[in-house]
Amino acid sequence: MMTEPMQITVNGESRDVAEGCSVASLLSELAIPSERVAVELNLNILDRRAFGATPLSQGDRVEVIGFIGGGEGTGYER
Amino acid sequence: MSDDPLIIAGIEFQSRLWVGTGKYKDFIETQKAIEASGADVVTVAVRRVNITDRKSENLLDYLSPKKYKILPNTAGCYNVHDALRYAHLARAAGISDMVKLEVIGDERTLFPDTAGLIEAAKILVKEGFIVLPYTNDDPIVAKRLVDVGCPAVMPLAAPIGSGLGIRNPYNLRILMESVKVPVIVDAGVGTASDAALAMEYGADAVLMNTAIAGAKDPILMAEAMKHAVWAGRFAMKAGRIPRKLYATSSSPIEGML
Repeated sequence: MMTEPMQITVNGESRDVAEGCSVASLLSELAIPSERVAVELNLNILDRRAFGATPLSQGDRVEVIGFIGGGEGTGYER
Repeated sequence: MSDDPLIIAGIEFQSRLWVGTGKYKDFIETQKAIEASGADVVTVAVRRVNITDRKSENLLDYLSPKKYKILPNTAGCYNVHDALRYAHLARAAGISDMVKLEVIGDERTLFPDTAGLIEAAKILVKEGFIVLPYTNDDPIVAKRLVDVGCPAVMPLAAPIGSGLGIRNPYNLRILMESVKVPVIVDAGVGTASDAALAMEYGADAVLMNTAIAGAKDPILMAEAMKHAVWAGRFAMKAGRIPRKLYATSSSPIEGML
């Protein structure tokens, strides 16, 4: 049986993922190693150990956050 | 050269020059300049990971957290709510409980919103963060930040990225006398003499980004800054001579013809 794709928003962009997709599988789909990022799901920060056990739902808003070059002020986007 | 280490909240820092990682041409230049600066603390910004171009490299591949103390900042946050959110994300991204707290009050000057800063610092300290606040050169605000539990304060020398040097040396000196915690002069340094002067006044460390990254030769400037911080630090410890209006001969009169 085919699973229905769900639409979620990742870092401000909408994206289709398979139904039942977890945060961990989203990160692996995006080729993002989980050790150096923080994930915020609908404004709640997730514990890294819970990435695998946290399923995503239709309409979820996900932020994947990491460190970039910055000193002070507004930070510098490369 | 040896010096006593700087200790903040039980963490030992080998270097009294702290550097930012923004505005460099590429990661190789960032890495070389930071190596040349001798800094063991680097600040980083907290931002969305680029999910469309996954070939883009990660800053931390060039600056290993094993070698450097990574100090995330809340740069770009203009209110308490955002600053707390960024601090929480930084901690969740898993480097440490240290945060360089910025609550910016105004885009043009990037001066801190000191009321918001104190409020955010108080909350983050209660949550177990080691809060290093980017603040004004206002001694009273510095005292309030210490009162709410900040283990160090980071007053500006001049507006961020301005390169104006220490605009208010007297306030900065009063600030240093007013608090018992380490003072790290942060922002506004333009060249080596500014950094040396901050250390001569008694700053415990200096943090800079643009003065190095924006120089024509960032790697050479990083080296210059390293020496400037040492020079200022040693001069402060050595104790300068008093200023006098008239000359005092340093050659003896005795034995003259």
